[in-house]
Amino acid sequence: MTAAARIETARRPVLEMRHISKTFGPIRALQDVSLTVHAGELHALMGENGAGKSTLMKVLSGAYRPDTGGEILMDGMPAATGDPIKARANGIAVIYQELSLAPNLTVAQNIFLGNEPRRFGIVDRDQCNRRAKEIIARLGVSFSARASVSSLSLGERQLVEIARALSTSARIIVMDEPTTSLTSRETDRLFEVIATLKSQGIAIIYISHRMEEVYQLADRVSVLRDSGYVGTLERSDLNASRLVSMMVGRDLSAFYKKDHRPPDSKRAIALSVRGMSDGNLLKDCSFDLHKGEVLALAGLVGSGRTELARLIFGADRHTSGTLELDGEPITIGSPREALDAGIAYLTEDRKELGLFLDMSISDNISMGVLARDARAGGLRDFATAERRASKAVSDLSIRTRSVQANAGSLSGGNQQKVLLARLLETEPRVLILDEPTRGVDVGAKSEIYRLIDDLAKKGIAILMISSELPEVIGVADRVLVMRDGAISGEVTASEGQPLSQETIMELATGAAKG
Amino acid sequence: MTDKATEMSDQAVGRSRRLRTAFAALGMLPVLILLAAGFQFMNPRFLTETNLLIVTQQSSINIVLAAGMTFVILTGGIDLSVGSILAASAMVAVMVSLVPEWGMLGVPAAILVGLGFGVINGLLVAYIKLPPFIVTLGSLTAVRGVARLLGQDTTVFNSDLPFDFIGNGSLFGIPWLVIIALSVVVLSWLVLKRTVLGTWIYAVGGNAEAARLTGIKVPLVLLFVYGVSGLLAGLGGAMSAARLYAANGLQLGQSYELDAIAAVILGGTSFVGGVGSIWGTLIGGLIIAVLSNGLILAGVSDIWQYIIKGLVIIVAVALDRYRLQAGART
Repeated sequence: MTAAARIETARRPVLEMRHISKTFGPIRALQDVSLTVHAGELHALMGENGAGKSTLMKVLSGAYRPDTGGEILMDGMPAATGDPIKARANGIAVIYQELSLAPNLTVAQNIFLGNEPRRFGIVDRDQCNRRAKEIIARLGVSFSARASVSSLSLGERQLVEIARALSTSARIIVMDEPTTSLTSRETDRLFEVIATLKSQGIAIIYISHRMEEVYQLADRVSVLRDSGYVGTLERSDLNASRLVSMMVGRDLSAFYKKDHRPPDSKRAIALSVRGMSDGNLLKDCSFDLHKGEVLALAGLVGSGRTELARLIFGADRHTSGTLELDGEPITIGSPREALDAGIAYLTEDRKELGLFLDMSISDNISMGVLARDARAGGLRDFATAERRASKAVSDLSIRTRSVQANAGSLSGGNQQKVLLARLLETEPRVLILDEPTRGVDVGAKSEIYRLIDDLAKKGIAILMISSELPEVIGVADRVLVMRDGAISGEVTASEGQPLSQETIMELATGAAKG
Repeated sequence: MTDKATEMSDQAVGRSRRLRTAFAALGMLPVLILLAAGFQFMNPRFLTETNLLIVTQQSSINIVLAAGMTFVILTGGIDLSVGSILAASAMVAVMVSLVPEWGMLGVPAAILVGLGFGVINGLLVAYIKLPPFIVTLGSLTAVRGVARLLGQDTTVFNSDLPFDFIGNGSLFGIPWLVIIALSVVVLSWLVLKRTVLGTWIYAVGGNAEAARLTGIKVPLVLLFVYGVSGLLAGLGGAMSAARLYAANGLQLGQSYELDAIAAVILGGTSFVGGVGSIWGTLIGGLIIAVLSNGLILAGVSDIWQYIIKGLVIIVAVALDRYRLQAGART
């Protein structure tokens, strides 16, 4: 028996998730995933965007019920599934990225919210404050139980969430990207609290994209990919390149392939971005976009890709930075000015920010050029709108019975094509596509890829944001990677050598030591 | 699902949506007809030429206000100040008509005053980005004060009003009030359904952020709708002054905004914006007028009329909710 194996038997698993699958209609969000967590360990959960980490944690917290065959064992005993109240009683607590505190109440009131200690049916304020104080002391932090939560920093509020978890005697605490919005000092304090919790025998499941944190904290790391379980590494086996290859390694043959045009320095620059910052997340982003090129903007969720695109398009205000279009400096203060200059932006959220679901397909397609098409006196030119819509429906093979049907009646893929058609009617020179195939079925995906390729061949400069690495590899000529609001690197294809997923992932997670 | 099946279900969804849209536009017409038939049954005097003229005349000012309100509610806003603006404009109309040689200028003066107040509402909503409810709640009170101030809190009369034909005259047997109200409805329909601006109004109400990202100047559209609402309230003021030969800053137009909102909502315009039609508003306005008139003819007391009209407003909002649920977006 090796030393490691002896330790293994000495530790008892507090939680075992076995053969967990979860399907939503035709979509398989989890496939036969198993996870074992020991008392007092920090178990990191890693994987690309959409690999299934959040779904797995929602199954654990009881928000989702797993498909039949999956079971959850606590201390070796089968536990109820799909019941958030029982899951909490079993000692499972989840701390989400968006904190769920009531800012106008005190720390103590928040800790016991919905679970107040009572005497004679009335909230026992003294007991509430006393017990809150004990829990805060257990965490080894220094704010008052009577302080109003609104007076606390984000990091302190997170600690209040952890205190709340402790008040319900949590034995497993799930932390989802807990350091995203923390300063480095707050992060250090969180790590101290985590060490305290571990020493008290509490298990922590830690979801993070940041390699350095995982190195520093994790006892074991489990990796999910494409809704399935890939494997678990012990701390002693941790190794960046191995983790990255576990996260991305997959067969690309099923995806769209294009002829990679090697970067051509002679090709004219369409859009030149210099020093873009938004005074918040984005820091000094600079790059050039060439005519007829598909430049992908890769990175993890929250790395600032959409924010950068919105700055360029004038949807949000930038605090510093300059733009040049075809060599001419331009200032863009609103989406209208961007569109007039020839820059169009496809939003990542077509239902909330893109489509007019209660309006006709024809109106949706013409919406950006209504004023240009108008007849004298601002009257609508319905014939032109109809002609544009019919042409777009046949060019982009939008499946609908009539261009007068409401946009809301279309399927996701066809809605996306309607939105693309609207952008193309403005005859852009620079096209920014934010997750162009999100929520789109496979057939429509390949049609959109072909369209992107055709547009690039016509000389349109395309900046494509995508969270799907195979899509980035398959469609882009060149890749910029963003991390923490800055551009962390560029990946180009060379002779006979495709774009490397591993390099992109290393730049996105910070595994590459730069 | 295969493409074919997707397509067919898309079609089915499209068809049911279209049915719902038709239902929303026409929905209240059967109610209007039923109400009229019911009142006729209770009192045969209801469906006579004289009484119908009275009903349409009584509804005309409310329909003019409701037309403006339709523009505002289509963008997802609200204008609570129309009753007060009507009072202030009516005061101005009568006061200007009293100035020798100016007589007829009372009408354009009233309209301009209304437009002015509407533009102020619009500027606050569109550029200072204050919530429409709060802005127009403020102007509801403030403009009422202005209306009282204009006549030193007295009633102003002009028994020799030069534009009294508007309120009391007819053209080919049709009262001018009715002609004006119908013209406003037709013009509103033209703007909403036949101009670029109209499409923008629906777009802003349907999805304001998407409208901005599509390059629509959302603040200008908002300024326009509050301007129109104010302008039509000003026109309503002139109509009302012409009918009464007088105006009173304290009493005139009290709670008119509620009847206008009720007409719009009864007409099937969604309170969250983006869906609705001016024809629905016309029907909604007629329902309210028929209800008032019919209840009087049926001998229902003034107090009960209030209660019944209030319940109708609540039922209207309930219908709006129900329709939104039925039309839950996919």
